[in-house]
Amino acid sequence: MAAKAKGRWLVVAVPYLWLLALFLVPFLIVFKISLSQDAIAQPPYFPTFALSEGWAAIKESLGELSFENYGYVLSWDNEFIEAYGSSLVIAGISTVLLLLVGYPIAYAMARSSKALRPTLLMLVILPFWTSFLIRVYAWIGILSPEGLLNQFLFFLGVIDHPLEILATDTAVYIGIVYSYLPFMILPLYSALEKMDDTLLEAAADLGCTPFAAFWKITWPLSLPGVFAGCLLCFIPAVGEFVIPDLLGGSDTLMIGKVLWTEFSVNRSWTVSSAVAVLLLLVLVVPIVLYQNVQQREVEGR
Amino acid sequence: MSTGVAEKTQKTIGGIRRKFSPWTDPTAVPLIRYENVTKRFGEFTAVDSLSLDIYEREFFALLGPSGCGKTTLMRMLAGFEEPTEGRITLAGEDLVGTPPYRRPVNMMFQSYALFPHMSVWDNIAFGLRQDRVEKGAVAARVEEMLKLVKLESFAKRKPHQLSGGQRQRVALARSLAKRPKVLLLDEPLGALDKKLREETQFELMDIQMELGMTFLIVTHDQEEAMTVADRIAVMNHGKLVQVAPPAEIYEQPNCRYVADFVGDVNILDARVESVDAGGLTLRAEAAPDMPMRISQGGEAKPGDSVSLAVRPEKLRVDLEPPADASLNCLSGTIWDIGYLGDLSIYHVELPNGVRVKAAKPNLTRMVERPITWDDKVYVSFTPDAGVVLTR
Amino acid sequence: MDRKLSWFNVTSLVLGFAFLYLPIVLLVIYSFNASRLVTVWAGFSTHWYGELLRNEQLLDAAWVTLRVAFITACVATVLGTMAAITLTRYGRFYGRTLFSGMIYAPLVMPDVITGLSLLLLFVAVNFDRGFWTITLAHITFTMCFVCVVVQSRLVTFDRSLEEAALDLGCPPLKTFFVVTLPIILPAVVSGWMLAFTLSLDDLVIASFTTGPGATTLPMRIYSQVRLGVTPEINAVCTILIGIVTVVVIGASIITKRQEVERQKAERLAAAG
Repeated sequence: MAAKAKGRWLVVAVPYLWLLALFLVPFLIVFKISLSQDAIAQPPYFPTFALSEGWAAIKESLGELSFENYGYVLSWDNEFIEAYGSSLVIAGISTVLLLLVGYPIAYAMARSSKALRPTLLMLVILPFWTSFLIRVYAWIGILSPEGLLNQFLFFLGVIDHPLEILATDTAVYIGIVYSYLPFMILPLYSALEKMDDTLLEAAADLGCTPFAAFWKITWPLSLPGVFAGCLLCFIPAVGEFVIPDLLGGSDTLMIGKVLWTEFSVNRSWTVSSAVAVLLLLVLVVPIVLYQNVQQREVEGR
Repeated sequence: MSTGVAEKTQKTIGGIRRKFSPWTDPTAVPLIRYENVTKRFGEFTAVDSLSLDIYEREFFALLGPSGCGKTTLMRMLAGFEEPTEGRITLAGEDLVGTPPYRRPVNMMFQSYALFPHMSVWDNIAFGLRQDRVEKGAVAARVEEMLKLVKLESFAKRKPHQLSGGQRQRVALARSLAKRPKVLLLDEPLGALDKKLREETQFELMDIQMELGMTFLIVTHDQEEAMTVADRIAVMNHGKLVQVAPPAEIYEQPNCRYVADFVGDVNILDARVESVDAGGLTLRAEAAPDMPMRISQGGEAKPGDSVSLAVRPEKLRVDLEPPADASLNCLSGTIWDIGYLGDLSIYHVELPNGVRVKAAKPNLTRMVERPITWDDKVYVSFTPDAGVVLTR
Repeated sequence: MDRKLSWFNVTSLVLGFAFLYLPIVLLVIYSFNASRLVTVWAGFSTHWYGELLRNEQLLDAAWVTLRVAFITACVATVLGTMAAITLTRYGRFYGRTLFSGMIYAPLVMPDVITGLSLLLLFVAVNFDRGFWTITLAHITFTMCFVCVVVQSRLVTFDRSLEEAALDLGCPPLKTFFVVTLPIILPAVVSGWMLAFTLSLDDLVIASFTTGPGATTLPMRIYSQVRLGVTPEINAVCTILIGIVTVVVIGASIITKRQEVERQKAERLAAAG
């Protein structure tokens, strides 16, 4: 009995401690460093807490913590607030576009014959397995001024001078919609596929036209999938770095890119930590919502 | 209204039921007509050139094993399937080509198909709202329906907060709310347990009588069909085998298939010896020495190979030979006994190894049964107990 | 019930899949371009694949990436499966909410936050950055994906099979290995593959947590992409796409076969 209890304890403890040490503790460290100041040292901030220096030194260090970085980030003079705002706007618009593109696809998949469905599902998942970076990269060749899209439009005679798409927000939207599409389709598909066909028959039987039946039955019943898909796309899109960096222009302002620049170009670990903490605060509500959705989805009621 | 109706129903139910038989009236105009309807799914023929008339206010049952085409026949009336050939008319109007949402029939689904995101109230109001019925009228009708199925206090619940029996009632109320010309019931009681099912069968009959509507029920449960229906159509392989009131189906099956499918039956292979005014004489293969006298023989002619069907409850089992042991009497030994409480089923093995079943009501409370395993017994029946089947 | 698709449904499927696949197909086609200019077609050539084999930096990066991904996938699969068992089998325990939060949050956490926080952890504990820090970071976020995949299989698992094994005198640990694991294996395998590709794919977290001498393939590709599009990168991408396609299709065939066998086994087990 004792051995069994020990075994059970171990199964919980190992992943639990791992996540505590490598997921939760790092956040606390980020928070602490966001309260520190930059220094030309290794590591490049102070105060550092060293247990070897004794309690008094630690207490003294505590006094050196301040919210200065937050003041800097939240000041209107710097572009951080703008970046948060425009990230939310870009992620929001992208999510709506994703829903508009993804819903008809997921719907058609769910309406197709049972034999065809696994293949269609596979076709949606397959691009997800190929590298994200590669998929974003592919669009550079398509959207650039001398790229394939412009060549094609020239060929058709639709345009006489190249469209400027690369290095604009439009390219960022295309990139996000393209890379996140499977994340939108899959939850929608699983919600739509679960739906009982006889509900639509019942609606028709009671005098509901197919179009009305969609809005009264199919759409409300797919809402959990819509919700999950939107959160699954929106949250990471807000912090997206690669897409705005590769496809966006110099005026595309997204907080992920700003954080990266602050960290790797300006080398200010403390400011980037403050940016990260604030980003997390912005996202905490959608993340908690997503956790509830996910919990219900996987663990049942 | 409902108390008044209950009283009225009690007073008139027998009167209405006894007199109701429009199918025997040549001047009666059927409400629903299937005319040479065929439905094929690819290679498979689900309904095979079938014609059927159903009359107004009739409670009509389609009975058959799964895959016999009974559900397809019903779904064609609802509009979920279109016939490959033939015509379906409702009150003289051709229904073919009309989408389900424009047909004046409603269906109660086997799975109930209650909308999970709507309350009981909204589920029942759904059909009325599609017709843009004015709000007050919707509310009044929904309340009336809730009362009819005795769910007044459950209006605000969601389907998942109801028991199976309650869901069944909501589904019924929803499909009745629009007062359809015909109510289609697809295995409506399949998901209920036996007791509740029996109760609900009688309730269904009362509701049908009270609303004066035409009900078409699909079921594979012969007891259910016999209980509720005015007429039963027994189906097999997409064709109608027999269409008749329950008692006729049971007592005068027109073929082996019906005799076997409806109720329990002993079927003996036999040959017709002679036919006369008083009936016919048979020789059963199982008892070549014993002449069998049957009072009704249909179209059987001397020399025909036929089946002799006798229901178990019409067979007498005795330890002593009956008064007239020269006719319709077989001797055998008790092979096995099934005690069902109200009845005991005796399996009697005849000398050539064929076994027949005889049911005997347990009239006394004797725990020890007088007839027991390995007893030598006599099985006999009267000439009007058996049916000669030529098909 | 099989339904006929309306023209609207067919159109959305065709357009949707064209959108998903056209960029990848174009990328592959242009990897065989003879010209250095990516957008001008100058005839078929495998020149860039040859060039690739001589690019040692790129090959080094690929080797580092593969090792990271392999170790990551193996460890993450073990940890993720343990976490999945905890979440499905242990009911309520002290700190469960925190635990499930730590499992689901990384699924949507922006990479920049995860990367930065792990880097700061490694600096704080003075851990030498490089190969192992990338691996640790990858294990941490991929184990959550493994957990979700395995968990969704475990919730539909018929527990009476385990109870039967216990009833027949099989101790819990052995029951897990002889009954539970073989049945949930397809999910565990797809969890492993998911972890492997996520690790293979990751740019941001690796960039944060790397140190001298450990450059992964995405980092190498990224630094070249920033300088512009080259056919050589197209060639690398084509090879990666080829590998992934073969592995995924192969795995799905194996999984399907195993699924059939699993159902057979479960039927047998349930019957006997």
